[in-house]
Amino acid sequence: MTADQLSEVFGALADPTRRAILLRLTEGDANVGELAAPFRVSQPAISRHLKVLERAGLISRSRRATARLSHLEAEPLRDATAWLDRYRAYWDESYERLDALLAALQRENVVDRPPPRKGQERSR
Amino acid sequence: MGTTKITALPGSPQVTIEREFDAPRDLVFRAHMDPELLVQWLGPRRLTMRVERYDVRDGGTYRYIHSGEDGTEHGFHGVFHGDPSPDGAVQTFEYEGYPGHVSLDTAVFEDGGAKTLVRINSVFQSAEDRDGMYAAGAEEGMNEGYERLDELLARLMAPVA
Repeated sequence: MTADQLSEVFGALADPTRRAILLRLTEGDANVGELAAPFRVSQPAISRHLKVLERAGLISRSRRATARLSHLEAEPLRDATAWLDRYRAYWDESYERLDALLAALQRENVVDRPPPRKGQERSR
Repeated sequence: MGTTKITALPGSPQVTIEREFDAPRDLVFRAHMDPELLVQWLGPRRLTMRVERYDVRDGGTYRYIHSGEDGTEHGFHGVFHGDPSPDGAVQTFEYEGYPGHVSLDTAVFEDGGAKTLVRINSVFQSAEDRDGMYAAGAEEGMNEGYERLDELLARLMAPVA
């Protein structure tokens, strides 16, 4: 996924109505009337939101008889949140290591507190 | 042991991190500023960290490298702005695998007696930069496994954690 596609996905996700539409679609495909029902907005407004979601690749739309069904596409969402998973994994693991280091340093300090090294003293 | 709270609104260039530690503020601050301590905790365990320079003062520069067993290296560098103190440590940060996309990071160490709350505010030049930063590290092979889709959605629905 390119940075442009990714920003399209994030742009689409920036709107709470569109996020609510995606959440509804996790329960199954739906037509525009069903998607508009929980909101105080018109069907054309919902249709505009669906176009944004479709352009971002977050949904696909198909025709069944006269109804146009929206279907959730999971892959762009995974790509969009993958960076956050990596970020979280990095800091979670780092901070677990820091917990252990801080505990070890405090144990050392209780037994034998070393004199402050040059450059470690700070005026506060 | 604390849990790490990370907040990243969709479409925003900012990430905030909050984490509490069972240690007094001066020690937590020292663990962030003393390179001998920093190499013992920053980054994933499977990577070795070495510090090329870490000049903690106004205008001082730093560079460190995470290297994997297969020899791949990931360098990071930046500049300290203002003399870092527990009240605020401000630095620029750049991943050399994604050059030109610099973030401005502010770390604050809140005194809670025997505990310390670390807050980091990281602002990139754009939302795309923020998201691309860790996407660029993808080839590193972090296989964290995708969570279920509804968990992803839940996170997106409640970005103001």
